Amino acid sequence: MYVAVKGGEQAIENSQKLLAEERRGDTGVPELSLDQIREQMALAVDRVMTEGSLYDPELAALAIKQACGDLQEAIFLLRAYRTTLPRFGVSEPIDTGHMAIRRRISATYKDLPGGQVLGPSFDYTHRLLDFALAAGDTRPVADIAEQAVDSGMPRVTDILNHEGLVEVEEPESDDTPVFDLTRESPRYPADRPARLQNLARGDEGFLLALGYSTQRGFGNNHPFAGEIRLGEVAVEFAPEELGFPIEIGEITVTECQMINQFKGSASQPPQFTRGYGLTFGHCERKAMSMALVDRALRAEEFGEPVEAPAQDEEFVMAHSDNVEASGFVQHLKLPHYVDFQAELVTVRALRKQAFAAAEVNPVSDAAE
Amino acid sequence: MSTVIQHPSAQHPSAAKTETTPVAMIEGYNFAYLDEQTKRMIRRAILKAVAVPGYQVPFGSREMPLPYGWGTGGIQVTAAVIGPDDTLKVIDQGADDTTNAVNIRRFFAKTAGVATTEKTADASIIQTRHRIPEKPLTEEQILVYQVPIPEPLRQLEARETETRKMHALEEYGVMHVSLYEDIATFGRITRSYNYPVKVADRYVMAPSPIPKFDNPKMNRMPALQLFGAGREKRIYAVPPYTKVESLDFEDHPFTIESWEENCALCGATDSYLDEVVIDDKGGKMFVCSDSDYCQERREAGHVGDGGPPHTESDGR
Amino acid sequence: MTQTVGIRPGFSDPVMGAQRSFRAVLDAMSRPGVIRSTSTGNPPPVPLSEATAAICLGLVDHDTPLWLAPAFDRPEVTAFLRFHCGCAIIDRPADAAFAITTGADLPPLGDFALGDDAYPEHSTTVIVQVDGLGTDGGLTLSGPGIETTHRLTVEGVRAGLWDDWAANRELFPRGVDLILVHGAKLAALPRTVAVDTPKED
Repeated sequence: MYVAVKGGEQAIENSQKLLAEERRGDTGVPELSLDQIREQMALAVDRVMTEGSLYDPELAALAIKQACGDLQEAIFLLRAYRTTLPRFGVSEPIDTGHMAIRRRISATYKDLPGGQVLGPSFDYTHRLLDFALAAGDTRPVADIAEQAVDSGMPRVTDILNHEGLVEVEEPESDDTPVFDLTRESPRYPADRPARLQNLARGDEGFLLALGYSTQRGFGNNHPFAGEIRLGEVAVEFAPEELGFPIEIGEITVTECQMINQFKGSASQPPQFTRGYGLTFGHCERKAMSMALVDRALRAEEFGEPVEAPAQDEEFVMAHSDNVEASGFVQHLKLPHYVDFQAELVTVRALRKQAFAAAEVNPVSDAAE
Repeated sequence: MSTVIQHPSAQHPSAAKTETTPVAMIEGYNFAYLDEQTKRMIRRAILKAVAVPGYQVPFGSREMPLPYGWGTGGIQVTAAVIGPDDTLKVIDQGADDTTNAVNIRRFFAKTAGVATTEKTADASIIQTRHRIPEKPLTEEQILVYQVPIPEPLRQLEARETETRKMHALEEYGVMHVSLYEDIATFGRITRSYNYPVKVADRYVMAPSPIPKFDNPKMNRMPALQLFGAGREKRIYAVPPYTKVESLDFEDHPFTIESWEENCALCGATDSYLDEVVIDDKGGKMFVCSDSDYCQERREAGHVGDGGPPHTESDGR
Repeated sequence: MTQTVGIRPGFSDPVMGAQRSFRAVLDAMSRPGVIRSTSTGNPPPVPLSEATAAICLGLVDHDTPLWLAPAFDRPEVTAFLRFHCGCAIIDRPADAAFAITTGADLPPLGDFALGDDAYPEHSTTVIVQVDGLGTDGGLTLSGPGIETTHRLTVEGVRAGLWDDWAANRELFPRGVDLILVHGAKLAALPRTVAVDTPKED
């Protein structure tokens, strides 16, 4: 098929060739492999998978490579690919209570069944640049614990549940259709599943800032990090023709349950309430921010005043997505000269009018 | 002495003569990129939009391989409508050769293999950003607008929950107040583009950021007008021959832009003009924003004050 | 798959077939009273007309519940629609996104989903198989999509439909949209269109 093209087409092609060259950089330096990105930039891969809404470390690594390390661009690439995939159905809910734990910490209990498991974390590193890493060829090996992590690792919220101290969360019936934010336009007011989907895809930086704002008094909700856990969970799917679920694989997730004091209302006793965060891979900052914002967005449910940005569902949901935000902010570099011309005509007319008025009445503002 | 300039679209060397570059179709994607289920969803939304002129139908906008804000809504509408018998024209700012227009045309050439054109008269589907072609459109054509903010009330009321109520109740007082405040302060309505319209005496609608110069063309246009807002997930429509009124007041009737100058290339007195800065001493010229309209007039022998006569070597 | 035995084929070319069918409907909906035609390229099961089958296969899927008037509630028809569209076939017209009926059996329009003022698109699109469609007289149509007036002849619709239609139009922006079908021919009446019936002598 042939089409007539000219001008801009060549410019676009040339620009893309330049980009490809710059992406590769100095060819004297070995080219990055996807394995290297997946293994050594794992947290970048995890963020791209989480906000890209697609669990595929290989493709996320490719997206990061293609985007020259621009993670928002990589998220966009993964999202655009995800759109083209067929949708077979909805998995069974993953059970984080049966997670193969790699990390599990609670800020609410010094000790608890299963114990605190620090796992891999920046938390207690001294942020000193490690020049040994600069030299390369490191092969660090961690010690193996003498005893295995407890297989029974109850969630802190389940422990609180025994005393009735935390709100109970009942799963919806299996017949309830699962809303899919990527296939339907959101409606306001939205419900919590729609909000959580939005937050899970939301920009980490945006949610971090919003979560932080709640801590500084813009929608204070007294949070405790009830528990953060990282590990592998099984994903199960029930094909129509089988009628029962089968395990189709395993994914790494980070879960954060914030618990928040609640003084009670006319209809609810004093108890702790929850904010929930979940991400693919290891995205702890995101999971915690998400949990803070989730709780803040439940203000109305608990009869709290909705005053702060983080409590404002439409504000949060409409602006959390960095693919949407980035596109619209950056569209400002597209040509707008027709609109600008229209504005020129208007501003010139307004000036003419203002100067004419100034001549009639020289003490008016326009004459100053 | 007049400065001789060429239309901006003729400045690139390769534009000096007619050139045809093959664009290979890409493998592994459905016709016009979108999967069939998505097309059905969009098609249903379009039909509802036609049945309720000016009402913004929410749809499950997909993530496209082009950024939000760059025409994803228009692209999805075009992808749902277009077929192998169509001829597509894409313009941005009135011109076929702006990079974004080229890029979108290239997208459909790659994913749908359809014929493309720069001639308004030859197109069956015209996707546009910010302009309506000067040449009157016909019943055989569909005009697809790219829309950044579909909600005409959004700048006055940020919340969807509120604006939806206003549309449901046909309560547009906030818009009239805003326009009237303009008149009270400035003696005129200062909106120069995306000037709100009322469709079929019911819905207030954003015409997309076309200059208000183009608003009158929407009224009772023989072509079907479809509007796609990808990021905001809305589709709306104006059926052919439907009344589209620009909002105004009896004592302050709607007016459009006019220029003292004519097009420097083709001498047109009736087209929307782009201001071209020609030096750093305040020199400027005005040329048609609609590159096809300008070209066609020049081919017919019209010459402006600043343009060279048309010659055979002037390509499109 | 053994269960597909006996199910008639759908579009000869599903992608282009659906596109052409949609454009026929879009054109008809945009210009009320104008007659277009569409078919799947294969004969549909009786009593579905060619146009009805093409419209359904082009637009109906598992996101759009379908209601069938009794005349269409036959195993060959339901199997055909379920197989090709994957749609749920439901009992209440008020829950339907699409409906198929004959002109004689068309229920009161108020029985269908009418949408609400905030979301008027949540209404039923009703495909009405009639006994004849022509442009040589009968009804006079006006409204959006029509330059002055269009003439349309519709044969075989139940008594009182046009009064019912006038009431539907009063509900705007709520209301149903009709697609009238005869064989491969179709004409659409979106909720905006005003229908004048010939004066009784």
